Amino acid sequence: MKETLIIAGFGGQGVLSMGKILAYSGVMQGFEVTWMPSYGPEMRGGTANVTVILSDRKISSPIAYEYDTAIILNQQSMDKFEAKVRPGGTLIYDTNGITHHPTRTDIHIYSINATEESAKLGNTKLFNTMILGGYLKVCPVVTMENVKLGLKKSLPERAWKMLPENEKAILHGAEIIHQIR
Amino acid sequence: MAEVEIKPENRVYGKSPLITDNVMHYCPGCSHGTVHKLVAEVIDEMGIAERTIGISPVGCAVFAYNYIDIDWIEAAHGRACAVATAVKRLHPENMVFTYQGDGDLSAIGTAETIHAAARGENIVAIYINNAIYGMTGGQMAPTTLIGMKTATTPYGRDPRLNGYPYKIAEMLTHLDGTAYITRQSVHTPANVRKCKRALRKAFETAMAGKGFSLVEVVSTCNSGWKMSPVAANRWLEENMLPFYPLGDIKCND
Amino acid sequence: MAQQQQEVKLMKGNEVIAHAAIRFGCDAYFGYPITPQSEVMETLMELKPWETTGMVVLQAESEISSINMVYGAAATGKRVLTSSSSPGISLMAEGISYIAGAELPCLIVNCQRGGPGLGTIQPSQGDYFQACKGGGHGDYHLIVLAPNSVQEMHDFVKLGLDLAFKYRNPAMILADGAIGQMMEKVVLAPQQPRRTNEEIAAECKEWATYGKPADRKRNVVTSLELQSEAMEQINLRLNAKYRTMEENEVRYEAIECDDADYVLVAFGSSARICSATVEMARAEGLRVGLLRPITLYPFPTRPIAELAKRVKGFLSVELNAGQMVEDVRLAVNGAAPVEHYGRQGGMIYSPDEVLAALKQKLIKA
Repeated sequence: MKETLIIAGFGGQGVLSMGKILAYSGVMQGFEVTWMPSYGPEMRGGTANVTVILSDRKISSPIAYEYDTAIILNQQSMDKFEAKVRPGGTLIYDTNGITHHPTRTDIHIYSINATEESAKLGNTKLFNTMILGGYLKVCPVVTMENVKLGLKKSLPERAWKMLPENEKAILHGAEIIHQIR
Repeated sequence: MAEVEIKPENRVYGKSPLITDNVMHYCPGCSHGTVHKLVAEVIDEMGIAERTIGISPVGCAVFAYNYIDIDWIEAAHGRACAVATAVKRLHPENMVFTYQGDGDLSAIGTAETIHAAARGENIVAIYINNAIYGMTGGQMAPTTLIGMKTATTPYGRDPRLNGYPYKIAEMLTHLDGTAYITRQSVHTPANVRKCKRALRKAFETAMAGKGFSLVEVVSTCNSGWKMSPVAANRWLEENMLPFYPLGDIKCND
Repeated sequence: MAQQQQEVKLMKGNEVIAHAAIRFGCDAYFGYPITPQSEVMETLMELKPWETTGMVVLQAESEISSINMVYGAAATGKRVLTSSSSPGISLMAEGISYIAGAELPCLIVNCQRGGPGLGTIQPSQGDYFQACKGGGHGDYHLIVLAPNSVQEMHDFVKLGLDLAFKYRNPAMILADGAIGQMMEKVVLAPQQPRRTNEEIAAECKEWATYGKPADRKRNVVTSLELQSEAMEQINLRLNAKYRTMEENEVRYEAIECDDADYVLVAFGSSARICSATVEMARAEGLRVGLLRPITLYPFPTRPIAELAKRVKGFLSVELNAGQMVEDVRLAVNGAAPVEHYGRQGGMIYSPDEVLAALKQKLIKA
């Protein structure tokens, strides 16, 4: 098993922490993992992305040239990463703010409107865990039990009171994701 | 030469046991020898020789480690207060002092000096201000007086060309981390005695953990100033002391 | 059972430097913030080791000050480290030369970013020359370790300090922004105690300046010697030390080199990428291997010279304009073609780009 994933969007959308939750979930599942972020000023309000690799073998390069899955959360990232999904791979995107929708026909495409759904729940901070739930529905690389453990591991203790809400958001994300192609 | 027996009751002066027998490289008339002697005496009288670590500078006093029989670290030019900071943080029970000239402490090392003082490091900086770079051959120092001739101000220091001299001692008094700031000299026996008292007070301040101390010693450099020792002492009194007045500047008790 | 006792964490390379420093019993860290390595000091400040092990952590006013604090701490026999990134290491160059000249042990972590000048904050390997060929003034060498994983970032804190004390010489971990910012699984070492002052006095009695006891002569830490004859003797002693390191401390990893026609030479993050290139090439039936220097100084000259007798070519793959390639060429000494492939400015090649470069520069040529 090897899953090479990129999560790309705006700084502040929780891109890096979503990657971290997934990476920690992978650790709990017994996988080798790498989490390789873009960093620096571009994180501060600009675009941010993180490459997460989960594998049952030692991971050679933490830097990928194509992805099994791309989670795309803004137009700039769509422009940059749609072409980098391997044929037969998966592209998941939040439709909010997307003007040019993906056009490829050789990959699986899913959309999820977590921006709107998290706003409806009155907590936009749940946006990223909702997206994560959608992703795990489509690509169940780690068990829900390990995701719960990964979530807890990746949050500081002072944020543990947020765990139940985030777990619900993951389940909700799994319900609202739908396949386009 | 026959050894001369001196009865204790007749003894009026002795070399501090911490001053080594190495022949000093300082020029005759230089203030460094006197300040070294005072530092050695203070360390010895406080009984802290085994706990004292000196940081020597780049400048004429680079070889201070040859003359006082304690552990020494020779620092890069200007960095003595940074070196001392680390030594003191790791050995809080020890006495840590730097011994620096005006170029070292207040030109190239200004940042290290000010930040060690601002952090309130429990160290003492002994600051030899002779208004000139002695070791490199008499160039302008940050403390060179207006009109003073040096190798790099051959027509006299002109503020339009060379800027103004500054008093880092007074500047340091504004920092909350400083505990004791004083300016002394060693050009007369009375001043030597006062300077020793100031050094002792600074060392005690550091050991009591009260913060940073600076003991500035307005000094002569008769070679650099191109004067006889006697003329240099007179010049110091007439020119240096009006601009660098002696006495305690800040004293937190 | 041992597996269960291991403390496995997911951590950034920079964060793990802080954890490793505490766990391996370091006495002090002095540093100054600079991207992409500021997490080292941030993590230390959050962990507050002064309340547990007694480790001193201090944010200095500049890299110049931090390296001179390292100098002072090392002079007293303490285990001390600092970290920075390329421009900050340039500022430290003078201090590093003094540390080498005074023969003090310490660890410097360089999490490289692209230059020259202010450059970029993205990863680079542009400081190979600076790390391996001097960097500061005068004839000296650092022991240079190149980690290629978060685990090695952890492990090399101990290795670097052990080697530094063994040779009384500064050691450097030459990482880069990619290794520093990447998170991976890491097995953390159990907490080890700091050495006591008595242990330091016993181990470093000959040279350390912790205060002169009555039973020894005063120690003086200095790099100054104005007599040329005496200074040359110091240089010769240093040279002999470097030759001993070259004899005893070369470390490298050879991947699929036994039957290789072509060998990639790469260190650090580049080596990770190149190991995927090797997998891709082998899948295509190309016999490609990877030689990864773990010590950049001392450089694995001999193993490369051995390979040069039978391979068809070497490609030195570096995130720079061609630096380590010079050492590869010296090792190969004309026995086989040696080419360089690099990206700069914070750009990183992917494994397929390296394979394409190998084909273009060596295989098809």
